[in-house]
Order: sequence, then C-alpha cells, then structure tokens
Amino acid sequence: MFNSTHSAPPPFWSNGPAPGAFYNFPGTVAPVTNPITHTQSPVTTSTSIVSITYDKGVLIAGDLLASYGSLARYKNCPRVIEINPNIIMGAGGDYADFQYVKSFIEQKIIDEDCLDDGLKMKPKSLYCWLTRIMYQRRSKLDPFWNNLVVGGIQDGVPFLGTVDKLGTAYTDKVICTGYGAHIALPVLRDALDKKPNLNLNEAKQLIKKCMEVLFYRDARSYPKYQLGMIDVDEGVKIEGPISVEENWNIAYMT
Amino acid sequence: MMQTGIRPYYPDYSTVPVERQINPYADNGGSVVAIAGKDFVVIGADTRLSSGFSIYTRNQNKLFPLSETTVLGCSGCWCDTLTLTRILKSRMQMYHQEHNKNMSTTAAAQMLSTMLYYKRFFPYYISNILVGLDNEGKGCVYSYDPVGHCEKATYRAGGSAGALLQPLLDNQIGQKNLQKPSQEDLTQEKALSTLKDVFISAAERDIYTGDSVLIKIITKDGTKEETFDLRRD
Amino acid sequence: MSSIGTGYDLSASQFSPDGRVFQVEYAMKAVENSGTVIGLRGTDGIVLAAEKLIMSKLHETSTNKRIFNIDRHIGMAFSGLIADARQIVEIARKEASNYRLQYGTSIPLKYLNDRVSMYMHAYTLYSAVRPFGCSVILASYETDEPNMFLIDPSGVSYGYFGCATGKAKQSAKTEIEKLKLGNLTCKEIVKEAAKIIYLVHDELKDKNFELELSWVCKDSGGLHVKVPESVYADAEKAAKQAMEADSESDTEEM
Repeated sequence: MFNSTHSAPPPFWSNGPAPGAFYNFPGTVAPVTNPITHTQSPVTTSTSIVSITYDKGVLIAGDLLASYGSLARYKNCPRVIEINPNIIMGAGGDYADFQYVKSFIEQKIIDEDCLDDGLKMKPKSLYCWLTRIMYQRRSKLDPFWNNLVVGGIQDGVPFLGTVDKLGTAYTDKVICTGYGAHIALPVLRDALDKKPNLNLNEAKQLIKKCMEVLFYRDARSYPKYQLGMIDVDEGVKIEGPISVEENWNIAYMT
Repeated sequence: MMQTGIRPYYPDYSTVPVERQINPYADNGGSVVAIAGKDFVVIGADTRLSSGFSIYTRNQNKLFPLSETTVLGCSGCWCDTLTLTRILKSRMQMYHQEHNKNMSTTAAAQMLSTMLYYKRFFPYYISNILVGLDNEGKGCVYSYDPVGHCEKATYRAGGSAGALLQPLLDNQIGQKNLQKPSQEDLTQEKALSTLKDVFISAAERDIYTGDSVLIKIITKDGTKEETFDLRRD
Repeated sequence: MSSIGTGYDLSASQFSPDGRVFQVEYAMKAVENSGTVIGLRGTDGIVLAAEKLIMSKLHETSTNKRIFNIDRHIGMAFSGLIADARQIVEIARKEASNYRLQYGTSIPLKYLNDRVSMYMHAYTLYSAVRPFGCSVILASYETDEPNMFLIDPSGVSYGYFGCATGKAKQSAKTEIEKLKLGNLTCKEIVKEAAKIIYLVHDELKDKNFELELSWVCKDSGGLHVKVPESVYADAEKAAKQAMEADSESDTEEM
C-alpha cells in the first residue's frame, strides 16, 4: 500500500516518483493517525524544596528563583505559602502550574470559609485532595508539573507529606524534592538518625545548612530563599527572603 | 517517550517537532510475599518506597486490610496503588452496607480482578497479592498481573524481588526439587521464619527492597502485626 | 387585581394587556410573606440584619440562616423562599470565584450585582421557568467604600444607603429614614438595626424569631462576618430595652 499523501515526501517532479513512495518495508506501515497529544514539559521552573518536621511543627524552605531552562529568569518567585492557619505548602517544578494550583487551593479555602461552619481544612485533607488532583491530571496525560510539599499541624501533631506530578504521595519526617532529594535529604536523614526529636532551633540550623549546600551545588538555585514555619504554639510564619551565607574565598587563587 | 503513526514529511532544513508524552507510570519498587497454611496466612511487604536510586521514604506501609480476614499487598506504581486501594476501600464499604455483612476473601479476590481488568487499556501498574481466610477458615493467596489475571496459590512472591524470591519459596514452602520432601503440614512458625529469611535475601540483592518488613498474620482469632528491620542501604 | 383569572398570570413570558408580568408580581408576594431583612450603610461599612421567623420550636437554632457569605468581602441577606435564595447564593459564589480566577482580584460588588440581577432577570423571560421567590441584599466594603444593592425577583436592582425587604418592609423603611445614616458608624448602626428588627416584628402573628446580624466594615477588616458575640449581645439588649421603653410610654399614654 502506498503511503498516504499526508506522510509522503513530495515527488521529485510532477507526477513523478517520490522517495519512499513505492515500497514500504514490512512492518513499517502504520495507519496515519492524528493523535490528540498533550505535549507538555515544564517551562519556567523552580528547583528543590527542603522540609523537615521538628518536635512542635514543620519547616519548609524553597528559594526564590524561577529558571527558564538554564537561564536564571525570575528572581523573586515565592513558592512557600500559607494555605490557612493549619497548613503551609511549598512547591517546585513548573511555576505557572504552581500558580494555577495555588489559585484553586485558595478558592477552595474561600469556598469553605463561606460555609461559615467554623471548620478549617486540615493538612491531611489538603494532602489527600492534592493527591487526587495530581493523579487525575496524570491520567489525562496532562499533568501539573510540580512537586508539592504540604506541612501542617493536625490534632496537635506535625504533619509533612508530598505529592508529585504523577500523584505519587507519601508522608515522612523529612522530605526534599528535586536536587535536594540528592543533596539535602541525606544530610537531614543523618541528623534525624542521630537525634530523632529536633527542636525548632536545631531544625532551622539544618535547613540553613541545606540551603547553603544546595546553593553551592545546584546550578538552578539562588542565594535567597523563603522559610515557611508552622508551629503548634506560634502558628504560621513565612520568613524571608533569607540570604544564604556565601563564601567564595576558595575560588580565588592565592 | 512514545511515537504514534508516521510523522509528516519535513525537509531536512526544518526543525522536526518532537512528540513528547509523559510517562504516567513510575516504578516505586517494593516486594510482597505471602504464604498460606491450613488455618492461617501470613503476608509481608517491605517498607521502602523508592524511585530509581532515590529512596522516597523508609517507612511506607504497603499492606491494606480490606476486611477482618482479608489483606491486600501492593507493589509497583505507587500512585496507582493509592488510587486502587482507595477505590477498593469504598467498594468494600458499599458491599458491607448493601449486604449487611463483610465481603468474603474469595469475593474480594474476584472483585479485584474485575477492577483491574476494567482498566485493561490504561492499567494500574501494580503487582497485587491478596490474602485471607476463605469461608472454611483456610488460608489462601491470590496473585494478579496488572490487568487482572488472577491465580490462586498457597504461596507467592511479587514485586521488584518477586522473580528472585519465587524459586526460593518453591523450594522452601512448595518442597519442590527436594530429595525428601516433608509430608508435614506447614506450620505458622516455619512460614514466618521463611518469610523473614526470604526478605533478608531480597534486601541483599534487590536495591528496591529494604529498610524493614511489615508482616500481618491472619488467623481465625484476628490479625497480628509484626515488623522487623532490613538493611537500610 | 381585576385581571386575575384572565389567563395572563400563568406564564412569565407574557404581558397582561395593561403591561404587567403577573408571575413576577406573585414572586414579590412570596417575598412579602417572609421575615423582614434590612441593610444599613454607615460611614465605615454595612450592617445586615434579618428577622428569622421560627416556625417550630423543634427547629435547631442557627439552621436555615438568612445571611450568607458570597466571598470574603461580600455578604448576602435574603427574604423569600430559602431554597430559591440558596440557588442565588450558589451562582453568586460561582461568579465571585470565576472573577477571582480570571482577574486575580476579588469581585467588585457593582459587577457581581450586575451579574446576579441579570441572572434573576433571565428567569422572568420564559414560560418554562418561574421567577425567583426572593429578594436579596448584597453588601460589601471594598477600598474604604461601603456598597449595598437590593435585587428584586424582577431582576431590578438599586444601590442603597438603607433598604428593607420582607414582611414589614414599609415600617422598616420608615424607621430607617429616621436614622442619620451618613453620620453613623457600623458600631452604632448595629444597635439601630437590631432595634428596627425588634420593632417591626409582629408578635401577634409570628411568635418566635431569631435576630441575625452581620457586617462588613472597617472593624471586621473588610471581611463579611457575623457580628462578634459581644456586639450582638449589646445590640440585642439595646433593642429589648428600646422595646420596653416603648411599651411603657404606650401605657403611659393610655
């Protein structure tokens, strides 16, 4: 069978032969289809999220850079946010997707406020809901290209969970996404193995160290970051921009 | 990355658009082993959740109780596992409310098969092992492929170290290829110790299996839980 | 109404020969059967007050509220059929949510009023539907400016300094006209609102009622909320005192 004109190269001269038009090797003929494809890959991206639970709460840190490929494009893109007095969230990956996800989470919070029943969404509920949303989108082969980290306090206990673009979700005491999963996670796990119950100060110091190491090692990182904190006693605080303490002495020839 | 159909012709000076499609699946590893006896069944799953060389968490339960006498163990694509088990849970509840009794293990086994096949052309990428006591109180094991093929057995290994462990179980539990196979019934102690041994072996050879094992022992008196540690590298 | 029974009142899609749409007028009758609702606009915000008639002692208090949140900064009070009003609430919330998604800011009340009144008006045009049996008051406080609109079942709406709808709307309006709304703050208005609701309540016909008070003003941070419990208690007390004083003076006169 001839290739359909749609896929065949133009003939050499009018009504003449065209390359590949006479023969089809066995097994190479596939019906020409017009597949509906959701071509998607992240465009403007942000890098790692580093997060840890301590005895009375959760810390989530993420830098302020949104890159366009290797270009450090936008340098003030906050991605650690307060959802409500129970929940904070950090996000990595496509920044546009994150903004969209953020907008409909915020709308959901408003919707629930409107009900006026005095109830506030809890972190596990948001985490589970996001799992479903991310899974639905991946099932349409059109995912939100994000790693979302949800932190909060539920019934007085710190909660930390994450969802990725496929809907893969898990909870743990330390969660790092992106490059941080390779660079920061081992540091945090090691610290937690040595001392399972950190206090706020220790946790903060660890995060600080991780953001520093990440800035040195991750080419898509930035020396300014935000630190989201949710504490049983003190509630939510988003601190920042915090500067990484840089030291480039080693880079100079002496 | 996938390509469908023949691409339209583009002269070689033009940039050919590449059709990209995301891969909706992930291999998150994990192994499940189940062994049934006359009046009991044990099932164990490691607690490592990973992707490639990254360990997501060292403490992920992969055993899902469906009823008093039925437990499902899952490994493979974790996001599919989350979805499937959540739907299963609601199906179990609906059955309970409609029939005023718990679903039997055999019914749950059939339902799981149907649910998997329902997604025949966009499958749940999970290796499932369902265990429980049947109506006579006998231990039973059902294993599935991702699209719902179901087989009843007395012992089964599944997941990332499944192929590694099955022959070991064939020998130790199934008494295969032995000069003098034992004629005695399998005891709970023997099943439990074999299960632990095979997981230790799996953790040595399979990087997707490790950290610890969660075991559930189902008897007519209920379900007992047990954990023990594996290597964490 | 001499034209009753002449056949022109069966459909909302037909005028009567004297140029009226009876279905709409009947809808207004439905509104007049329900408890009085008033809205008062002060210098720094709006107060909404509703007389929720309690049909049975077996009802739980605080159910079937007559004042709703539409968005963080918008409140809606209604009189008429509650089921009809709930649908209006629903679409108003959708409008507010949609606006936020599109433009990233909260919906201006003027715009929401337009959309909601257009929606209600659409239900006065077709024979297959019936008009909404409710009037709604929309109130907001945005960029230091209080705004309030009242929409009728006909879809007509006006902006108001003070408005009333429901059973005793006439006497309520008379009372509102006595107030110097241009000089009053919400704190003062709350008491006046409570007084008016107590005053116009017809104790002979409707025994029990619950006073509902909400505001959206400077003090509430631009949010539409139920008035704080202390403010509510004070207002209710003031209203009851005023009623007593009133009845005393009545007896003196006799």
